[in-house]
Amino acid sequence: MPEGYETVVGLEVHCELATATKLFCGCPNVFGAEPNTNICPVCLGLPGSLPVLNRRAVELAMRIGTALGCEIRPSVFHRKNYFYPDMPKDYQISQYDEPVNVNGRLELPDGSVVGIERAHIEEDTGKTTHVGATGRIHGASHSLVDYNRAGVPLVETVSAPDIRSAEQARAYVIELRGVLVATGASDGRMEEGSLRVDANISVRPTGSDILGTRCEVKNLNSLRSLVRAIEYEARRQVELLEAGGAVTQETRHWDEDAGVTHPLRSKEEAYDYRYFQEPDLVPLVPDAALLEAATAGEALLPSDRRRRIAEVFAAHGAEASAEQVLTVIELDLDQLVLDAVEVGADARLALARAANEAAARPDDARRLDPRAFADLVKMEHDGKLSATQSKTVLGALLEEGGDPADIAARLGYEALDTAELEAAVDRVIAESPDEWTRYVGGDAKVTGYFVGKVMQATKGRADGKVVSSVLAARRDEAAGR
Amino acid sequence: MAGIGIDEVRHVARLARLELSDEELHGLVGELTALLEHVDAIRQLDTSGVPATAHAIPLSNVLRDDVVGPCLERDEVLAAAPAAEEGRIVVPAILREEP
Ligand SMILES: [Zn+2]
Repeated sequence: MPEGYETVVGLEVHCELATATKLFCGCPNVFGAEPNTNICPVCLGLPGSLPVLNRRAVELAMRIGTALGCEIRPSVFHRKNYFYPDMPKDYQISQYDEPVNVNGRLELPDGSVVGIERAHIEEDTGKTTHVGATGRIHGASHSLVDYNRAGVPLVETVSAPDIRSAEQARAYVIELRGVLVATGASDGRMEEGSLRVDANISVRPTGSDILGTRCEVKNLNSLRSLVRAIEYEARRQVELLEAGGAVTQETRHWDEDAGVTHPLRSKEEAYDYRYFQEPDLVPLVPDAALLEAATAGEALLPSDRRRRIAEVFAAHGAEASAEQVLTVIELDLDQLVLDAVEVGADARLALARAANEAAARPDDARRLDPRAFADLVKMEHDGKLSATQSKTVLGALLEEGGDPADIAARLGYEALDTAELEAAVDRVIAESPDEWTRYVGGDAKVTGYFVGKVMQATKGRADGKVVSSVLAARRDEAAGR
Repeated sequence: MAGIGIDEVRHVARLARLELSDEELHGLVGELTALLEHVDAIRQLDTSGVPATAHAIPLSNVLRDDVVGPCLERDEVLAAAPAAEEGRIVVPAILREEP
């Protein structure tokens, strides 16, 4: 970000709800079905059909509201009218000025808080695919529509413009995704489109409290796109202002390949959606039964899980790497760490192995027997396995399960006893007199050379840290200390 | 004063993909103007003390259980569309993203 400016971002996150059926009809809500097989008179908007609201979708929406600390209010549905073939009825049913959830907040791992303006219920649209010129209609191109997604329930969570950087936006989406998954509302898969993000981006002179003119950027299909698009767009706007120009309020499209945003072709009609209350639906009032369902069966929120790890680590006098904590929570491996610590594994080492090696294969890691994982961590912590050996055994454990001690024995990883290790160090010292002189003379750079040689001589059985300390002891002896 | 011109009717017809003859367009100008005048007449009423009403009967929370019901046969639906291709409905070229 150029000096003297700050970025201001508000995010709109659309989340497909994990219901069995669509929002207003009994068509299945499934991913990847044959085109136009999950459609009925209601979601096609055929004359005489009437929408009826899905109770489960309401419960999930209220759960999201509860988790985000929103006020859950009586709400109504509106028709958002527009001319576009992705909705067969030419309008989308959404909540407009009276949404179900308002005024919440989301605290991010770094302690910053992002306000939640609203989280409302609406239906998804169909999927359009542009087809190039075929020559059939005087060389004109056309589009194809699949209405399977039309009517699938969504909750759109709208943040306040409280986000100040691309990285914070990323952290917000990860945290919100964790909340959506914890409430059971979503599978959180951004790549499959279960989670879609639009970003409202503006810039302003640092210290100003007036919002600049914003652009809404669409087509952010991954966290990477989100970060890149915000950085690009902020830079573009600053350059525009620096050159004496002004930002135009418009919707822009992120082009992932080119790494730029460009304005969408202007719509055929201006943004006048002629909202009016949906006459076929009655108001939604959060009664006791709905509110109870909205708080029932909730899994731990990411913030609760962070607190839980912090408490366990504090009780063990261990310090947890914040980055590793985020990784294990995101990959659902925090319970594995806690279970391993519970049966005696070193907390810091268990977290490190989970966040690094186990995290590389999260599906296998989630199936890992916590006791076997704990045993492995203990073997490494007790010096029975070197770090390298421990990682190899963990790899095998993830692959096939079993007992880490058996795997270590099968791989020939017997613990190197101290005498054997010292003998290996002494042999290497004898073979490298020049390097040894440099080492004794205080050249720390050659440490790696000796450790490498000893590792080679012991076929990786030695522990690097132990080798270093033996080397240091020999140097002190040589220097007569 | 309520009213609608022929250009506006033509524009809306184009957006709705309705092909209308000049005669039909002129007819609609008259009909729509009459409708708008009627709405205009209603707007003269003083409704300052009347809350907005979307439903005649006070009813809330009409909900259904999340249970899968029958869908339509795809061939039946596609047969009702002007054209279909690869199981999907053919529509005029779309040059912008969804709203
Ligand atoms: Zn349906």
